Amino acid sequence: MTAALTVDNLRIAIGDTIVLRGASLEVQPGEVRGLVGESGAGKSMLGRAALGLLPSNASIVSGRIAFEGRDLLKMSEGERRSELGRRIALIPQDPMTSLNPVKRVGAQIGRLLRHHLDLSKRAALERAAELLTEVAIREPERVLSLYPHEISGGMRQRVLIAMAFACNPSLVIADEPTTALDVTVQRQVLQLVERLRQRHGSAVLFITHDLGVVAKICRSMTVLHAGRVLEEGETAEVLAHPRHAYTRALLAATPRADRPAETLRPVPPALIDQLWSDARRLDWLDVARPA
Amino acid sequence: MADIAVRAMAAPPSRLLAGVRRGGARLWVGAALTAILVLAALLAPILAPHNPLEQDLLSAQLPPMWMHGGDGAYILGTDSLGRCVLSRLIYSAQTAVIVALIAASLAALIGVSLGLFAGSFGGWVDQFISRLIDVWMAFPPVLLSIVLAAVIGAGLTSVIVAIVVVDWTRFARVVRAETMVQLTRDYAAAARAIGLNRSKVLRLEILPNLVPLLVTLLAVEMGIAILVEVILSFVGISVAGDTPTWGSMIAEGRQIVYQAPWIMALPIGCIIVSVIGLNLLGDGLRLALDPVQRS
Repeated sequence: MTAALTVDNLRIAIGDTIVLRGASLEVQPGEVRGLVGESGAGKSMLGRAALGLLPSNASIVSGRIAFEGRDLLKMSEGERRSELGRRIALIPQDPMTSLNPVKRVGAQIGRLLRHHLDLSKRAALERAAELLTEVAIREPERVLSLYPHEISGGMRQRVLIAMAFACNPSLVIADEPTTALDVTVQRQVLQLVERLRQRHGSAVLFITHDLGVVAKICRSMTVLHAGRVLEEGETAEVLAHPRHAYTRALLAATPRADRPAETLRPVPPALIDQLWSDARRLDWLDVARPA
Repeated sequence: MADIAVRAMAAPPSRLLAGVRRGGARLWVGAALTAILVLAALLAPILAPHNPLEQDLLSAQLPPMWMHGGDGAYILGTDSLGRCVLSRLIYSAQTAVIVALIAASLAALIGVSLGLFAGSFGGWVDQFISRLIDVWMAFPPVLLSIVLAAVIGAGLTSVIVAIVVVDWTRFARVVRAETMVQLTRDYAAAARAIGLNRSKVLRLEILPNLVPLLVTLLAVEMGIAILVEVILSFVGISVAGDTPTWGSMIAEGRQIVYQAPWIMALPIGCIIVSVIGLNLLGDGLRLALDPVQRS
């Protein structure tokens, strides 16, 4: 079976700074894979690279990104764009800023539907209302006529989730979709993503720094640090028997309801330093090695 | 899943009303002054008490009717050739409005296109357009338009061309910068993530966000266009000599400013009021158009 997403030995640099150091991962069809790491680990950069949305000063040094076996980096612009939003969708990080502030919610969902599905304006709006019902928004017709600032953050995230799943994607990249939301809304959003994923049979790459979120919805997970994959495997297996010292440290630093707060241990700075110096030594070796 | 259903917050009763309220006094005063200007231009033949070209040398340099020696037939007095000042002021509004509308719109069209282009492509396209703007702006604008008008020849068309050629940079500069800012926003990335191409992202997502800015700029530019037309007609390279303009009235009044100061003062007053009106209107519209409420 071809993987929904294959990232192979991906190296990305922003200017002279290397942000991904040969990261590899696979997301199988229908699978939810968590991509975990601290800020600066390169996890968002990996997601953006898969969507072709790298900032203009970032460049892919080497490696391969394939969607259903086809190399995304070698596809033509037009080919890639026809997959984006239809077969590969994004749930963005910040619901407050990811909708266009001057366009009504209905116009924005309608734009997506008409771009990919060749619907009439009226049909697109009707479909948009159905999509909002799927994400448990009451009075969808009224919400469609509102501007983004007139609805709450949780509702905006639902709208964005509805848009991500609107065209039956086979891969959804969720870039920390719960980070900007408070805990009660977080739970609802996670349930929603899980429910829509099951209905559409999509694979999800769930980027997050929250091991709790990973434990809840991801079947498998990848731990990223300093642009390198440190550990990967089935979520249950990794969380029960973490092999890498960093994963163990992350787990010890994650607050849990069933353990007193005093048992929390910050990730030891010495370990972080060690990992970064390892990563930089690898860079140095790479530079020193003749191409 | 009814337990996680959420209800939309109450929408404001009327967005139009809310917008008008946000615009406040500026919007009203600006709209009123601009409406007076436009109406004067449109209804000049009806409003003007006299033919603006009709000379009455026997009643030359009459003061406004409320001053000593004024004549009720000439409300704002007459100029040195005995032509009705009020009628000439009203007819002058026609030239001002035509120039303001056409020149500002064309300058906006060119400036916005180049600005979007430079702001979205970056790289050498941006470098080229930006340097072009820099070089352009190094010339004193009025001098440039005078030279241009002198080269192309006098007339309404050349006044408009001169303004467009000089003032597109105003739009290009601002639109370029704002496009760059908007493109870094999350919604622009989200628009690209749904597969829209560059031109669609610009037209459908970025441009609507520039509208409040453009409205302000356009109103300011119309004021500037009126001023430039005044300057050009003051030095005598605008429309034909028999068409009344505020600029030519100032030029004529200047020669007899000690005997009849109102002949020069009145067109100056008209210019000031028009420009202030357009600026207020632009400011008010910017506030009114912004859908994100300010508290």
